[in-house]
Amino acid sequence: MSEEKQTVYPYIPNSVPTVKNQMLKEVGAKSAEDFFEDIPEKLRLKKNMNLPKPLLSEFSLRKHVEGILSKNKTCQEYLSFLGAGCWQHYVPAVCDEVNQRGEFLTAYAGEPYDDHGRWQALFEYASMMGELLNMDVVNVPTYDWLQAVATSIRMASRITGRREVLVSRTIGADKLSKIRDYCKPEIEVKLLGYDTETGQLDLDSLKVEISSKTAAVYFENPSYLGFIEAHGDEISKITHDHGSICIVGVDPISLGILAPPIEYGADIVCGDIQPFGMHMQFGGGHAGFIATRDEKKYVMEYPSRLFGIAPTSVEGEYGFGDVAYDRTSFALREEGKEFVGTATALWGITAGVYLALMGPQGMREIGEGVMQRSHYAMLQISKIKGVKCPVFRSTHFKEFVVNFDDTGKTVEEINRALLRRKIFGGKDLTKEFPGLGNSALYCVTEVHTKDDIVRLVDALKEVVE
Amino acid sequence: MKRYTGGKPKLRRFHQARWDEPIIFELSSEGERGVLLPDVEDEIKSEVGDVVSTIPESMRRKQPPRLPELSQPRVLRHYIRLSQETLGTDLNIDVGQGTCTMKYSPKINEQLARMPQMTEIHPLQDEETVQGILEVMYKFEQILKEISGLDQFSFQPAAGSQAIYANASIIRAYHEARGEADQRDEIITTIFSHPSDAACAKTAGFKVITLYPDEDGYPDLEALKAAVSERTAGLMITNPEDTGIFNPKIEEFVKVVHEAGGLCSYDQANANGILGITRAGEAGFDLCHFNLHKTFSSPHGCGGPAVGAIGVTKELAKFLPVPVIEFDGSKYHLDYGRPESIGKVRAFCGVAPVVLKSYAWAMSHGAEGLKEVAEIAVLNNNYLLNKLLEIRGVSAPYAKGKRRIEQVRYSLEKLTRDTGVHSEEIGLRAADFGVHYWTSHHPWVVPEPCTLEPTESYSKADLDEYVEIIRQVSDEAYTNPELVKTAPHNSTIHKIDTAPLDDPSQWAMTWRAYRKKVRKERE
Repeated sequence: MSEEKQTVYPYIPNSVPTVKNQMLKEVGAKSAEDFFEDIPEKLRLKKNMNLPKPLLSEFSLRKHVEGILSKNKTCQEYLSFLGAGCWQHYVPAVCDEVNQRGEFLTAYAGEPYDDHGRWQALFEYASMMGELLNMDVVNVPTYDWLQAVATSIRMASRITGRREVLVSRTIGADKLSKIRDYCKPEIEVKLLGYDTETGQLDLDSLKVEISSKTAAVYFENPSYLGFIEAHGDEISKITHDHGSICIVGVDPISLGILAPPIEYGADIVCGDIQPFGMHMQFGGGHAGFIATRDEKKYVMEYPSRLFGIAPTSVEGEYGFGDVAYDRTSFALREEGKEFVGTATALWGITAGVYLALMGPQGMREIGEGVMQRSHYAMLQISKIKGVKCPVFRSTHFKEFVVNFDDTGKTVEEINRALLRRKIFGGKDLTKEFPGLGNSALYCVTEVHTKDDIVRLVDALKEVVE
Repeated sequence: MKRYTGGKPKLRRFHQARWDEPIIFELSSEGERGVLLPDVEDEIKSEVGDVVSTIPESMRRKQPPRLPELSQPRVLRHYIRLSQETLGTDLNIDVGQGTCTMKYSPKINEQLARMPQMTEIHPLQDEETVQGILEVMYKFEQILKEISGLDQFSFQPAAGSQAIYANASIIRAYHEARGEADQRDEIITTIFSHPSDAACAKTAGFKVITLYPDEDGYPDLEALKAAVSERTAGLMITNPEDTGIFNPKIEEFVKVVHEAGGLCSYDQANANGILGITRAGEAGFDLCHFNLHKTFSSPHGCGGPAVGAIGVTKELAKFLPVPVIEFDGSKYHLDYGRPESIGKVRAFCGVAPVVLKSYAWAMSHGAEGLKEVAEIAVLNNNYLLNKLLEIRGVSAPYAKGKRRIEQVRYSLEKLTRDTGVHSEEIGLRAADFGVHYWTSHHPWVVPEPCTLEPTESYSKADLDEYVEIIRQVSDEAYTNPELVKTAPHNSTIHKIDTAPLDDPSQWAMTWRAYRKKVRKERE
């Protein structure tokens, strides 16, 4: 805090030199150096850090950052058919209005009194998810679907005392990578085959692999590759017959029309709420949910916070608080269940807003509307010469695999050509699923009009025919 | 009562918003709609027919979800009311949430992060079309390298705890690569490091050894020497610790662990007071992490979204999560081809908008500004410490007569002994004056604790006001303890009966469970 340094920083009230000096005097310090007396001289940074020149004015900062961001091409400027875990759905204005409120945006970890609104909003989020899933317990959201499934598997392992998990081979590579890393210390991951015609989980493979060592079986609906898994009942029955836990991952925006997984035997359901009012944000809008029945053996294995409703001293007034706090690492450090900390609460609140806006009718309409559009897209794409679409003979929800083997062109070449036409083609699956040949995963949602789909089909025709 | 005397704040006649707002389901009115969806064109409908009937019977939803039915203004009003019942940092002198670094989150950064060039980009777009966000991430990585003295960063972990987990996973991968993973199964931490340093290490498969402080509250070097062995995988600690005390022997700590063959990981959740002052690199650390939602100002969002940026030395860079960002001098590129990587920690590249806000914040300060952040945060803390120690019943255990870095773990043990009022109750009464007050993580090694961290964002007058509140509550505890014990009095709600929250027959984590279990309503 040398005398010659005169910049007064707008975010630092006490950077005013006279105030600073007065405060130093009051605490009996000559300079800020006095406060760092415990830091050995040898560890002190002697030079100024070598950082870019600061942009002190808000104007120059805005100009600078806008300049960099202008190099991005958005899915508003380009027509995008990318999905694969991050989806372009419409974000209602009220979702953004609520999550930019300073009260929610800047709150953190207050008590159920000073932050009552935050507790209620997150309880309501869990409650609306509970209705969608027909399940009584939903966590305060975790980081994303990857974490949600990895934790679901470890919960299942603790509940059963078993150390193997069986996972459908149609799972995405990133999620599988996360599961392997997170389960490594305790659980072996085994993959289950699928029917190459339909994509459906191979029940024979399941019967061969499942044993008294199996903690859980995990599959997704709709699957990562977009088709609907039709044999949920059979899978869960085989799973339960071996004393294992059935975990189902679900894209929750399908649940206005698809059955809640508990109806076909799921014990733990997980997934991502990004479709519920979060912009894609280069993958920044994810948040994972975990849901179970209200049974103590399940509840006590959640690492996440669980917000419960409780009475207050005033009749009819609602209060909130942590349920079974003593299971968490906040209470017990390494003796708690996994770990808990900051996660994605603001996205949970936003997803609550989304579900409140949509209501039961909205959820049905969006499910049906998405399906109609994706089915229309599949029909049109399938008419292109040399293109197979969808690759799997099953019912699809919003995503589907397109195969280009007979076009003589690679997905990379096709996507480059589409890019020149301001279209983001589907995710290239050639490395992730070599068995599918030259294929891409396309995604169609309610943001796509008929004209958008026709534009894609015309462009594809130009490129491959 | 005059509110201000000579610029000095007096106690505020605060009352929090109390809307008595029902649970959202109670507001439902059949048939109302909050938002309408775009029509599906007739050509599409006629061509595809009844698609829902193509869903296998057992996979079709039979009963619509019992979501509330609400008009748009009703939804908005509900949530705005709930927001008003939430004490965000924007509203209060938020020095009371210690360890959380509740600083000002600049509005300009929020606006930038809400531009379509940030919000409307998909993580799998062709790299050429996302050069802007990759540039932001790459440039911020260079800034963190300079701040930490380490060599490479990943922004994938989505919060501090996930960052600690990722670092524990990298430590595991390092020992695996050397064929020592089975032998090296112990992580050492200290009791005044965040609970996640212990919990994440355990989750990653390690046994945890926790060191307790010496008499002066400093991490105990002799205890560390006794703890290390050929089983030591690593050390995971904060510094300064949650007491606000900097470990002066940190270099020896690192040396002892290195000599035993372990790695050292620096939890920099408490970095706000040492920016530009001292670095992980010089102290010899192999890994570190920063909480971008703390030190780097991205808003806390009621508990996320967030980023735990992890940094490592060159030697460990090959283990970082994929992808990492590379720059060839003209283009930015995502590199997935890293066979020894621990793989994915979080989806895609992490929470990019949080990185953007942190980059903007760092750029608005520069090297001198960041050092000013640290110096003022520490000055504010020591100013607050001086004033609070004048208050009856308040003490700051350990390191007697020494300064602290950016926060202090106080003890109200004497006040409790004198008055019967507990620290937690002091906090609830402080809320009556419009501020937070946090006890501390468990276990309470410091009896009747309270952890305050004033950051650089508060003025002298703000700090004086906070001190006045604590002085007032202390006076009340000594003169009228019932007033404090029955607090809060000016809150949104009244005293909560927490017993049901630990009773499986009564707890209810959703409205449907509440209706069934507590109201005994039939399905």
